Amino acid sequence: MSLERQEVEKITHLARIAVGEAEMDALARSLSGILDFVEQMSAVDTQGVEPMAHPLHMAQRLRPDQVTEQDQRERFQSIAPEAEAGLYLVPKVIE
Amino acid sequence: MQWETVIGLEIHAQLATKSKIFSGASTAFGAEPNTQACVVDLGLPGVLPVLNGEAVTMAVRFGTAIEAEIGRRSVFARKNYFYPDLPKGYQISQFESPIVGRGHVEILLEDGSAKLIGVTRAHLEEDAGKSLHEDFHGQTGIDLNRAGTPLLEIVSEPDMRSAKEAVAYARRIHQIVRYLGICDGNMQEGSFRCDANVSVRPMGQKAFGTRAELKNINSFRFLERAINFEVERQIDLIESGGKVVLETRLYDPNRDETRSMRSKEEANDYRYFPDPDLLPVELDEDFIAAITAGLPEMPDAKRHRFMKDYGLSAADAEALTAGRALADYYETVAKTSGDVRLAANWVMVELGAALNREGLDILDCPVKAESFGGLVARIKDDTISGKIAKQVFEAMWAGEGDADAIIEARGLRQITDSGAIEAAVDEVLATNPQQVENYRAADEAKRPKMLGFFVGQVMKRSQGKANPQQVNELLMAKLGG
Repeated sequence: MSLERQEVEKITHLARIAVGEAEMDALARSLSGILDFVEQMSAVDTQGVEPMAHPLHMAQRLRPDQVTEQDQRERFQSIAPEAEAGLYLVPKVIE
Repeated sequence: MQWETVIGLEIHAQLATKSKIFSGASTAFGAEPNTQACVVDLGLPGVLPVLNGEAVTMAVRFGTAIEAEIGRRSVFARKNYFYPDLPKGYQISQFESPIVGRGHVEILLEDGSAKLIGVTRAHLEEDAGKSLHEDFHGQTGIDLNRAGTPLLEIVSEPDMRSAKEAVAYARRIHQIVRYLGICDGNMQEGSFRCDANVSVRPMGQKAFGTRAELKNINSFRFLERAINFEVERQIDLIESGGKVVLETRLYDPNRDETRSMRSKEEANDYRYFPDPDLLPVELDEDFIAAITAGLPEMPDAKRHRFMKDYGLSAADAEALTAGRALADYYETVAKTSGDVRLAANWVMVELGAALNREGLDILDCPVKAESFGGLVARIKDDTISGKIAKQVFEAMWAGEGDADAIIEARGLRQITDSGAIEAAVDEVLATNPQQVENYRAADEAKRPKMLGFFVGQVMKRSQGKANPQQVNELLMAKLGG
């Protein structure tokens, strides 16, 4: 399966990864190769096989509804790029 | 052309757990920013989500209450998108196997008839944080206290055909989650949020029109207004040769309009896949049966029972079952007073007005249900008239004691002694000979109105305590009516 350049651009945008013009073609070939490899799976007859949600055959354990976490804002914000008035600051996200 | 409106709602109900859905951080509202956002909520490397059992229980309570299929095996999935208030870059939600499947609720239409609205599904997910766009030198401030708060997203079928129906459905879901105690229903604080998918199509057409998704609606009133605005916008657009585009629109209550949210609309591509950090949730029959058995009487059942047992109209039964506390209050009053109809009227009219005036919830009502029932009992057994009862109620509201004590202390007992009433009637007739003459000379049709004068005089003389029916009867007889 061969990916169009447009599709690769869409994927890089969705992943928010900046890919240089020069790398585009190579990336398209690599991604297509991965898809080809996975494509082999379609040869297997999966009729009647239940889709797998998790490789472990176990059920989710449930936690009691208790507050167990203390406030550690100081520590978390000491490693944040920028914080003010208790808020994490990020580049403006609306026009 | 005749147009038909088609509406489906997505309701996000914040579940009333103490801790978050995947972490042990508190969900209390109103804390200082980011003081309730722990490593899991911040999406720091190496953390693992652990599912809150109470959130699962609450979701199943909702599912059983609307007679929905419960997912015996439900799966959490990652919904991928980038936004600064979503630290992990994905929201943990459910996609292919939700915890609650198809169910339904009943709404009452304005003409009193009932309509079933389908619920497509309800799934568990985590909330995102909040972005604050003002006052940070051109930057956006992020508060992650809300990140990870458990939500139940309730998706309806596109079964509603007017803004009024949509509001009735939203109110019904609101009522159900409050009956169940799984959500506080506070719309201002965002614990109960409605998004509306709205489209129009020519009357009689089968295929749906293109829909717009309305967001940012934080009251039932705004829900109705936003939908009505949007329906008109779409019809105007189509009739003037335009086309509705699939988009998200924000409702602006100040300008009462909806606005497109993005200038350049990108098709959503969330790339859902099962979250490898979480195992499938498996529920056994015993767990579900125990929850079903523990359900309170739900609004539909209660409404129907009130209609059947108390002979109330659909509208009265609907009003009295709006909340569990109100319904309980009414039932106590009905029982104590021994008159279900009178009890219904007094709870809805007098008590309702007083609560409204003071802005009080029924739970904070200063007059207890037993006392109020005692008052209604005195109306029923003719100890006091309805008019005097209003005075007694005011005194009870002000904390002066029970109805009987107030009636005694103020000497408000109704006069039913026919001798005393007759004396008062005679006095009134004797002191108003001219009016008596006028009355006797008047047309049959005008007499009832003129009788009011005499009744008023007798009541005044008895300080409102004479039995009105007896006064009427005596006056009619004496005036030669």
